[in-house]
Amino acid sequence: MNKIMQQNGLSRHDLRVISDWITPGSHVMDLGCGNGALLQHLQREKQVTGYGVELNPEKIAQCIENGVNVIQTNLDRGLDHFSTDAFDFVILSLTLQAMRNPKALLQEMMRVGKQGIVTFPNFAYWRNRLQIGLGGFMPVSDELPYKWYDTPNIHLCTIQDFHELCEQLDFTIESSIAVHRTNSQSIRLRLMPNLFGEIALCRFSKKHSNEKL
Amino acid sequence: MHAPSSIGIVTPQVATFTEPLLLSSSGQLETYQLVYETYGQLNADASNAVLVCHALSSDHHAAGRHHESDKNPGWWDALVGPGKAIDTNRFFVVCSNNLGGCSGSTGPSSINPKTGQPYGPEFPIVTVRDWVESQARLSETLGIQQWAAVIGGSLGGMQVLQWSITYPERLKHAVVIASAAKLTAQNIGFNDVARQAIRTDPEFHDGNYYQFNTRPTRGLRIARMLGHITYLSDDSMAHKFGRSLRQKAQFDYEFTPEFEVESYLRYQGDQFVNRFDANTYLLMTKALDYFDPAAAHEGQLNVALQPVKANFLVVSFTSDWRFSVERSREIVRALQSNRLAVSYAEVESPHGHDSFLLEIDNYIDVLRAYMTRIANECEADSE
Repeated sequence: MNKIMQQNGLSRHDLRVISDWITPGSHVMDLGCGNGALLQHLQREKQVTGYGVELNPEKIAQCIENGVNVIQTNLDRGLDHFSTDAFDFVILSLTLQAMRNPKALLQEMMRVGKQGIVTFPNFAYWRNRLQIGLGGFMPVSDELPYKWYDTPNIHLCTIQDFHELCEQLDFTIESSIAVHRTNSQSIRLRLMPNLFGEIALCRFSKKHSNEKL
Repeated sequence: MHAPSSIGIVTPQVATFTEPLLLSSSGQLETYQLVYETYGQLNADASNAVLVCHALSSDHHAAGRHHESDKNPGWWDALVGPGKAIDTNRFFVVCSNNLGGCSGSTGPSSINPKTGQPYGPEFPIVTVRDWVESQARLSETLGIQQWAAVIGGSLGGMQVLQWSITYPERLKHAVVIASAAKLTAQNIGFNDVARQAIRTDPEFHDGNYYQFNTRPTRGLRIARMLGHITYLSDDSMAHKFGRSLRQKAQFDYEFTPEFEVESYLRYQGDQFVNRFDANTYLLMTKALDYFDPAAAHEGQLNVALQPVKANFLVVSFTSDWRFSVERSREIVRALQSNRLAVSYAEVESPHGHDSFLLEIDNYIDVLRAYMTRIANECEADSE
C-alpha cells in the first residue's frame, strides 16, 4: 500500500474490488480523483487510459506529478466536457455524498460511460446507527470524520437507498460489495452489508432495452 | 524554497535561411532570418529541447538580461531560468522572434534585398502555420529532431496547437496557456479597432512611413491602450487604480489625463511605440484573426486534431475574458474526444489575460509538475 493511496482515502480493499471490476486496457474516467492515486494504480495494473476530474487546485498539480491526466472542473456543473459513451468505466469514489445533485451526476455518468462504479460511506453502518440511536448525535467516524456543521458530505445515504435510486434511474446493478477497513471478507459483511459495511462499492450499467421486452 | 535566480546575461543569435518559404497566402519569402535566444544546454541526444512561442507583442527575449545594466528581464523570466518552472538546468530552451516581427527576424521594417528599402506594406501577411514552418526549419539548423515540449501563451499557444497538427512527430508535449483554437467575433473586433487606429493615423502613409522618416505613433499607442484594457480584468483595474486621481483631490475640468488609469494606459502606450513597429502589429493581429485549424474540417476541432500525437497541458485563467476558460475547454474537449493525453488546469486569478506572464502559485505548481515529468522522461530516455 503506497503513501499516495493512503492520502487519497482509499483502502487496499476498496482498491482491489475496483481493480478487479476494471477490464484491462479500458478507457476510464475517475470523478473526484484527488491526487490521482486510483488512476495511477489502474494505469499500472490494468493498462487503462483516461482522465481524472478534480476541482481542488493543489490536487491538480499532484495528479500531474503522479503521471495522471487530470481535468480541473466542478462536478456540480455536470460532465459537459465529455461526449456520450466516451468511457468504458466512470468511477466516482467517495465523492457522491459531497455532490450538490447526486442524482443528476449519476445520470451524467451513465451518459458518458458504459458502466459506472460508485463508492460511498455507508450511513447505515452499525456504528453510525449506534451513535445516532443511542448517543443522539450525528455520527463521527474514520469514514465520516466531520462535524455536522463543517462536513462536505451533504448527501449521505445507505446501501439500500443507493440501490433504490439505481432502480428509479433504470440502472442495472452489476455488482454490489460492502467492505470494512480491517475485515474485508467476513460472513457478516456478506449477509448484512447494510449493517456491517463501512464503505459500499457498486458497479452498474444502463438497463438494456431488450431486458424490458 | 528560496527564489531561483535568473539565467543571467543572454545574447541573441541569428539564423539565415536561403530556401524560399511558401506562405499560406500563396506568396513566398525568398530569404529570411530568424533571431532567437537559447537558455541551458542541449544534451547529447538533443532530447531536452523546449521551444517557447511568444505572444502578440513579445519577442525572442524570453529570459535573462542583455547586459548588466538592462532594466527589464525577458518577458517570461518569472518562469524560465535555473530552478524555475521551465528549468534551464534541465532543458535547452529556444525562443525565436516570429517572422514578420520587429526585433530582428525578417519583417516589414527589415530591408528588402531587392529594393534596398524597408519591405513596409510589401511584406506578405504571415500566418501561424507559416511561423511553425519557419520554426521547423530553425529546429533543423539547431539539430533538434523532436522537441521535448513546445510551449506558448495566447498567440503563442495557437502556435503550439499548430505545431502539434503540422508536425505531430516532432514534439512530445504541447503546453497551451491562456489561448484558443480560434478567436471569437468580439476578439476579431478588438483587433480591427486596433488596426484602424494605426491605419487611419496620418503618419501611416499606407505602411510606407519608413520612407517619410516618421511612424504612426498615435495609432499604435491607441492600439496598445485598447489591448491593455482587454488584457486586464475589471476587478484588477478597480484594484490597481480605482477612481484615484493623479496627485490631486479636485477635478480640473480639462482633457488632461486626470485619473490614474488614464496615465497608466498612456504610459504603457508610449513605452510600446518606442519598441514596436506598427506594421508588425498589423501582421500579428491578422495572424490571430486567421487562425482556425477547424475551419478546414467543417468547424470540427476534434477532426483537425486527429493527427496529434503529443501529450497536452492546457491552462486557462478564471478572469481572462480575452481568451476565456471556455476557449481552453474547447481545446480540451477536442483532445479528449480523440482520447489523447491531456491535463487541464483552470487557475483562479484576478489578473485577466496577463496572468500567463505572472508568478501565480497554483499556475507555477502545475507547470512545474508537468515540466518535471517531462525532464524526468528525457533523462530516463537518455540513459
